[in-house]
Amino acid sequence: MTLNVVWFVLIATLFTGFFVLEGFDFGVGMLTPWLGHTDEQRRLLMNTIGPFWDANEVWLITAGGAMFAAFPNWYATLFSGFYMALFILLLALIVRGVAFEFRSKLAAPRWRKSWDWLLFASSLLPPLLWGVAVANFMKGVPIDGKMEFVGTFWDLLSPYTVLGGLSLVLLSVSHGALYLSLRTDGTLQETAREAARRMGVLTSLVLLLFVVLSYYNTDMFSKTGVDPGAIPVLAGMSLLAVPFFIHWKRDGWAFFMTTLTIVFSSITVFLDLFPRVMISSLNPNWSLTIYNAASGPYSLRVMTIVTLSVLPFVLAYQSWTYWVFRSRLRIGGHLDY
Amino acid sequence: MLNVFLARWQFGITTVYHFLFVPLTIGLIILIAVMESMYVASGNDVYKRMTKFWGKLFLINFAVGVVTGIMQEFQFGMNWSSYSRFVGDVFGPPLAIEALAAFFLESTFVAVWLFGWDKLSPKVHVLAAWLVAFGVSLSAVWILAANAFMQEPVGYVLQHGRAEMNNFWALISNYQLWVEFPHVWFGALSTGAFFVTGVSAWYLVRKRDLEVFTRSFQIGVMFALVASVLTVVLGHEQAQHLMVAQPMKMAASEALWNTSAYHAPWSIFAVIDEARQVNPVDIKIPYVLSILAYNHPYGSVPGIHQIQALYQSRYGPGNYIPLVWVIYWSFRVMVLAGTLMILLALYGVILTLKNRISRHTTYLKWMVFAIALPYIGHTTGWIMTEMGRQPWVVMGLLKTNLGVSPTVTSAMVWTTLLGFSLIYLVMGLVDVYMFVHFIRKGPDLGEDPSEMDAKLTPALS
Repeated sequence: MTLNVVWFVLIATLFTGFFVLEGFDFGVGMLTPWLGHTDEQRRLLMNTIGPFWDANEVWLITAGGAMFAAFPNWYATLFSGFYMALFILLLALIVRGVAFEFRSKLAAPRWRKSWDWLLFASSLLPPLLWGVAVANFMKGVPIDGKMEFVGTFWDLLSPYTVLGGLSLVLLSVSHGALYLSLRTDGTLQETAREAARRMGVLTSLVLLLFVVLSYYNTDMFSKTGVDPGAIPVLAGMSLLAVPFFIHWKRDGWAFFMTTLTIVFSSITVFLDLFPRVMISSLNPNWSLTIYNAASGPYSLRVMTIVTLSVLPFVLAYQSWTYWVFRSRLRIGGHLDY
Repeated sequence: MLNVFLARWQFGITTVYHFLFVPLTIGLIILIAVMESMYVASGNDVYKRMTKFWGKLFLINFAVGVVTGIMQEFQFGMNWSSYSRFVGDVFGPPLAIEALAAFFLESTFVAVWLFGWDKLSPKVHVLAAWLVAFGVSLSAVWILAANAFMQEPVGYVLQHGRAEMNNFWALISNYQLWVEFPHVWFGALSTGAFFVTGVSAWYLVRKRDLEVFTRSFQIGVMFALVASVLTVVLGHEQAQHLMVAQPMKMAASEALWNTSAYHAPWSIFAVIDEARQVNPVDIKIPYVLSILAYNHPYGSVPGIHQIQALYQSRYGPGNYIPLVWVIYWSFRVMVLAGTLMILLALYGVILTLKNRISRHTTYLKWMVFAIALPYIGHTTGWIMTEMGRQPWVVMGLLKTNLGVSPTVTSAMVWTTLLGFSLIYLVMGLVDVYMFVHFIRKGPDLGEDPSEMDAKLTPALS
């Protein structure tokens, strides 16, 4: 039984890792055509995430695989239920993956410009869709007594859920801008900092509105009461600290603050869900939980042993790559993408 | 039923397409790691140029392989949710382990390899290439462990209305896995080897960059011979195991309607009347089917009718016969492709040893076209394996038509089927265009995108 909790925590961790890591590379993808005015600047911006974006995406792939293994019913209901949303997500991830590799391989300006905007769109859609999805997780979706999603794609879209999507997009943009301020210098660094400052204000406002609406649209209020507790408050405080660190030009601290915002927001969502994984808006008894959606104890035990022995290595070599590729990229230097 | 039909087509298209890129990824990175190791050992700059040239083609191919792979993991839940609920307990773990152990490794070290030329010592850099090679091979082990479960379910118990894992060791020591993985892995190696050989041949015919491409050809053709011989030998192992695990697939691959004689002959050409379940024309070579099935010139092979009767008594009424002509011909095309690969590689090795490669222009031109052979081989191989298992999605446990998502409408499947096919088509065209573009440019041009001369680049607009 405790293994069900362990796996809920592990999957929440994988999603949080995805939101934090791929969050900044989605942000960079969205910012590239706006902050990069020359071709070389755009290439430089893309190259800041060059060594990382693919491995960051694997956090999502692994979260999907872990869901399949540990909670097959969650995986089946979510993926067949959010069918069209996943279709759009997949198209975006497909385009994005080849965009990095293809864009700078040919020199024609039209070719490159097209890929710049494809990169923009394919970096915008995934956080938008995941934000909408997360808002739906909290709000609840029509799930029947047989664990089947019985709504349509349009049921997933409401002002509240779209605001959730927008929040994650803006959070990713701010996070990405701060990442850029750490990996560039000179004018580009100034531009990135300025973008982070402006987007930070907008992000705070939209996120605040989303939190207020969450009281009306989810069972957060009945579950926890008016005071949401320490973790959401920490999420808000870390976001509000960002402009100060930008002002003091402490980019590393500012980036750490948006990281904390994403981590604490993600924890808030998963705490709100627990022990449910998909809330049924039709009947609370039809919700999927970490118990009725789970694999048998044997599978969970095997998966726990495998994961705990492999994950430390993954974390070690991923951290190592962030160390190897830590230096700032400069105009005039060698670029691989 | 329309849903099942569309979902199957979608699975077929996306999987076959994905598997056009996977074998080249596995095969090419191994050859690249070999070339770079030779560079590190000898310090000879030619090997570095080789590594970089093949590396560029590798990366273009790798990108498409990765993005089409994401689709593979997601579509079980999207189109096959009932299947996912039924087997998730035992089928999900290999997929999750694949992501955790292999995807992280390959995605991280591909990036380290690409971006790390100036940042790492040559030894650490070549280690990155080997780690990618290890990662992609490990990925194959785990996804084939999942596939082997579909061919031959082991390590599970039926309870709570689904298959639950009760023996992880049985799952990964599944005999089916260990005949399947080596066959697929050497097939992938031969894909990379024929690619290197064929592209090098193109340069040798034109007498361009002889230093780089003579060596590339030599390495490529050696690997091509070893890998294609082993692919065929290991395929034979797999065929023998079919007799135990899936005799219906074996019978269908022979269009053998009735149990054969004690010395079973192998059909080389048959006209198959699927409706009347007879072969009006059937040309056979004596003894060969017995050898194929048992590795001896004797032993009769059970026929489709007999196995159908057996399955009806075992699984209840129903039609347990796959689409025979598809299985029969895909098997023959695969065998033909494998045979041609061995012969062409053997001839190339002989010419190389006699140092006569450059004079045999006709052979070199043939080798350019021979790049297609491994692709034909593994595409037909997978079609035979997967369609030969029908009507089962998990052999003996779950029929394919019961696996689809109940709430997904056929309009939705149509949309994604057309959407994915379209984007795959465009991506395939762009991919081939870029391949041809970089092959034409050769090893030393277009090293760095910013150094490229715009005039050399035909605008794709």
